[in-house]
Amino acid sequence: MRDQITAGFLPLLDSAILITAKERGFAEEEGIDLLLVKETSWANVRDRIAVGHFDVAHMLAPMPIAANLGLSPIPMQLAAPMALGFGGNAISVSNALWAAMAEFGAGGLDNPAAAGRALRLAIGKRRAAGGSNLRFAVVHPHSGHNFELRYWLAASGIDPERDVDIAILPPPLMPDAIAAGRIDGFCVGEPWSSVAVAAGKAHIVAVKAAIWRQSPEKVLGVGAEWAEGHADLLQRLLRALYRSAVWCGLAKNRAALADMLASDAYLAQPARLIFGALAGALETGHGVETVSDFFVPADGAATFPRQAHALWLYAQMVRWGQLDHSVANAEKARLSFRPDLYRSAIGPLGISIPDEDGSTQAGPLFDGAEFDPADLEGYIARQRGAHNRSE
Amino acid sequence: MLNGSVSLSERTGLVGTLDFLRCTISVHAQNEGMSPSSLSVLVIDENTVRAAIIEAGLREAGYERVTLVHDVSAVARRIEEVAPDVIVIDLGNPNRDMLESMFNLSRAVKRPIAMFVDRSDQASIEAAIEAGVSAYVVDGLRQERVKPILDMAISRFNAYSRMARELEEARNALEERKLIERAKGILMRSKGITEEEAYALLRRTAMNQNRKIIEIARSLALAAGLLDP
Repeated sequence: MRDQITAGFLPLLDSAILITAKERGFAEEEGIDLLLVKETSWANVRDRIAVGHFDVAHMLAPMPIAANLGLSPIPMQLAAPMALGFGGNAISVSNALWAAMAEFGAGGLDNPAAAGRALRLAIGKRRAAGGSNLRFAVVHPHSGHNFELRYWLAASGIDPERDVDIAILPPPLMPDAIAAGRIDGFCVGEPWSSVAVAAGKAHIVAVKAAIWRQSPEKVLGVGAEWAEGHADLLQRLLRALYRSAVWCGLAKNRAALADMLASDAYLAQPARLIFGALAGALETGHGVETVSDFFVPADGAATFPRQAHALWLYAQMVRWGQLDHSVANAEKARLSFRPDLYRSAIGPLGISIPDEDGSTQAGPLFDGAEFDPADLEGYIARQRGAHNRSE
Repeated sequence: MLNGSVSLSERTGLVGTLDFLRCTISVHAQNEGMSPSSLSVLVIDENTVRAAIIEAGLREAGYERVTLVHDVSAVARRIEEVAPDVIVIDLGNPNRDMLESMFNLSRAVKRPIAMFVDRSDQASIEAAIEAGVSAYVVDGLRQERVKPILDMAISRFNAYSRMARELEEARNALEERKLIERAKGILMRSKGITEEEAYALLRRTAMNQNRKIIEIARSLALAAGLLDP
């Protein structure tokens, strides 16, 4: 008898770990019958966890934090016992905006500062000509996409609240929206930038991996109550997902993984594009660029849910006015990530797991600023200053 | 009417728990004592047939201020115009995240909106999500005023799904009958047998291979298609 676990996911590159756990038998090895359900919105994922349709889900890393802080329109407590890799996102712009940025020297994907500068100058020129605000899209207000786009803009001297408009769109609709001219740019997980580029409608100008190398993106989200009541089953699931992540991270498995994800049941996009994203070899619309650590499923403890990451995400929520900072709020945010659950599940595998020394174990962001969770208040204060620096 | 006639300063009651909406003004006081039909209901559903079914149900129940929106790109303006007390949304709509963030940030929605009205009514929430519908409710509305709307939406959504399923089944059954007719014809022609013999052959093959007759018929029709000049 196998225990069934139902998991919701959105068609994105980093759903790979869940999909592989099912398709390559890692779940089965742990006696788990893993049922995967493709969803159309993060709101549905959240609601269906809330009513118990899903036991676990592929979630934006800030979603459990937002839920626990009472920012969701449906009351619930979530836990993130595992991260689902680093990176995987890109910022793309329309052909017209790319042409405008290229004039000001937007360079390679390894240089987000140059791309940001080019965007700032392009916006200045557009404004001088009487043009309206550029319109960007991200997948959710509580998402790494929203926060890294805003971080990149603000660090480049562009005020995300005033100099551009930021809309919300589901990932699979981004390519159509940019093709139809409804948006000028977006930040989204792969393969959706590659799909827009392949259609000849967009250029990739920046990647998450260069804005902040090895930074948090998705987590496994679990109802806190469910985690409590299914401790053993959750441990087995985490072990299956851990082995799955290691498999996904091996270069030799990329072709098979790309084929698997390409199927209609999952991403329903060409394997060629998915392979490129897995390999970090992105067709930008103006050449192929290799990005190191573009998407990292396992290496560098990419599945370990760092509370320092939870606090960085929380700092961004405060920065952009999603809630007010308080010691109690910060604590709720930090405790949304559950390294203790991860450790109890993965520890027995004899793998080295990072110490919870409180650091992000990642270097500084692209603008040179480093996040030290021990100085959360100082960081929040400095960000507030940086945000108002632009004019 | 809630919109227009009540100035911001007249609205009372701070709502701390929903500060994520950045809107802190409750319309609780204004809603009390109004007749059910005075509630403004906005239905957002890209499925025009289902939306019409919901609208009809609401009107029958005495709700006169019902607005349908099929195209979410126009929704912000409509929300501003109709100032809904209750918003009913199809859960399959991929733009739900956008809509939620709009309730959250847009100046179009001036009042706090939460999903479902009574957070303790888990059964209702489950029934709604099961049916594929969700309701966002202006803060301060009492449950007994909203529940009939939600219940109606749930039953209409379920009725619509049942209808759609039956239609799909009928369509499949027709397809299957046609395929079996075709397979029989192929066998009759190629083997020079009667219709009864052809059907018996299909059934025997299906039993031997432990498959369904329709699967055998499909393979046969496919193979015949490949062999056609």
